[in-house]
Amino acid sequence: MSSIIELKNVDKIYTGAVDTQVLFDINLSFDSSSCNAIVGESGSGKSTLLNIMGTLDKPTRGEVFINGIKIGDMDKNKLAELRNESIGFVFQFHYLLPEFTALENVLIPYWIKNRVASKETMEKANELFEMLGITRWKNSLVTKMSGGQQQRTAIARALINNPKILIADEPTGNLDSETTNKICGSFREINQRFGTTFIVVTHDRQVAEKTDRIIEIRDGKIEKDVLK
Amino acid sequence: MIIIGIAIAISIQIFVGLLINSLQKTLVDRTIGNSPQITILSSTDISTMRDWEILVREMGEIDQIKTLAVSATASAFIEDGNRNLPIIVRGFNFDDVDSIYNIRDSLYEGRPYQSVREVLIGKDLREDLEVDVGDKLVVKTPEGKEAIFIISGFYDLGVASINESWILANLETTQRIFNFGNRITSIEATMTDVFAADTTAREIEKLLDNDDIKVNNWKEQNEELLSGLEGQRISSIVIQVVIIASVVIAISSVLAITVLQKSKEIGILKAMGIKDLAASLIFIYEGFLVGLVGATLGVILGLGLLYGFNASTTSPDGVAIVDLYIEYDFILTSWFIGLAASTFAGILPARKSLKLSPVDVIREG
Repeated sequence: MSSIIELKNVDKIYTGAVDTQVLFDINLSFDSSSCNAIVGESGSGKSTLLNIMGTLDKPTRGEVFINGIKIGDMDKNKLAELRNESIGFVFQFHYLLPEFTALENVLIPYWIKNRVASKETMEKANELFEMLGITRWKNSLVTKMSGGQQQRTAIARALINNPKILIADEPTGNLDSETTNKICGSFREINQRFGTTFIVVTHDRQVAEKTDRIIEIRDGKIEKDVLK
Repeated sequence: MIIIGIAIAISIQIFVGLLINSLQKTLVDRTIGNSPQITILSSTDISTMRDWEILVREMGEIDQIKTLAVSATASAFIEDGNRNLPIIVRGFNFDDVDSIYNIRDSLYEGRPYQSVREVLIGKDLREDLEVDVGDKLVVKTPEGKEAIFIISGFYDLGVASINESWILANLETTQRIFNFGNRITSIEATMTDVFAADTTAREIEKLLDNDDIKVNNWKEQNEELLSGLEGQRISSIVIQVVIIASVVIAISSVLAITVLQKSKEIGILKAMGIKDLAASLIFIYEGFLVGLVGATLGVILGLGLLYGFNASTTSPDGVAIVDLYIEYDFILTSWFIGLAASTFAGILPARKSLKLSPVDVIREG
């Protein structure tokens, strides 16, 4: 299987009054259409690693390849285009825009590039709402929805542009176990149906166990890399 | 909130600007509007001018001159019992004098003079003499010559000094009783733009090139009024500049706070692939749209305030104290300033947004 993300000798140092190195010589690659979890204690460097893979942050040293393309050479606008077309993000907080409805929020990544939503995009949005079980709320303002519904709307938003990669940082961190189970089920279904590569950072073992591969980070280094 | 702020600021700008301009024009109109703005007199020892037809013809070719009237004027008096009332007999063709002093509208009883024997007298003189339309009026010239007139009507120009002293008669009448022959004493003119009176007066002097005449204009005779008007105009500009500066600072602050409040949303939009420039342009667009709506509302509100103010401030006889002059250029400029100020105010938050990094926002949670 071909590798969709590859990190080579990645270091990350935060400079300030005291320089702090949070990642040490990370070498990782993720197969296309795989479902992966990155686990670790708070402060272990897993979110930093995720931000680097998502092109939101840059490594201090080392190289990152997405789809075989070296992203260190890309300017900010090219990176923005790459994120818009190829990477979906889900965070611990949904960051939905409160002035818009669930459907409008989901369409925002599409609007960033295309302005007016095509018929196919509307069908895709409806399919995602259906799959995530939130069709009833698609025209509601996000402020009127529960935490679980908001997070599922954020997942639909991450998937609207058919990204090859979905990066999720503690996506169930604020949710109860029942909702967590539903969201994990949705991730699995999306992974199988659309072939999306999932990389989920979590400290919830229950979530990690549902993936195909668990990478454990400790003190900025890969402690374990288990393929089930 | 921002829209209301802009609307209020622009409405005040329009209200203050148009009110002060209207006030100035009303003041000018009421003080010098119904009087000649340029007067040509003899500069020699003899107060009368001959060959005035040439002067009238040449002045008639000047664009800025709206109306012209020639007058033969002289002092006289009226014997009333044992007192002598000093008066001024002003001879004009009726249509000429009407074009300058608006006499027809000021006639409150009787009709314009027609024959050489008829005259009009003012309200105050009428009350003093206790006379009616059709009564005889005996006027004595300084040389002792007597002229008997019939009163054809009474005018009220709203100025007591004129109402009690001016007797209006035909040009020919005064020329005859004061032995002027064909000569006159003054040429009076009104202007299309009253404020151009001084430059036009200089132009006339140059054009006529005649040392025997002098050209007076209202501006050099009303310097105090002019400096008052200028003071008013400068205060109005200062007020308007302060208002616009406040608007720019207020909108800019509110939009800058919006960037802070919305930093999470901007961060996530950047993570989703919105480019830095596009994220910044949101604030310029927001400033523009807010300005568009706010400035338009401000124009409506400002005009509403102005008409409301005008309707509620009337003299006891129901006439508005200030005559409104709606200057469309000024309204359009104010509207555009509101729009431009609001768009400009979006620049600071746009710069803040440009520098916002999605990873910082996400890391802070």
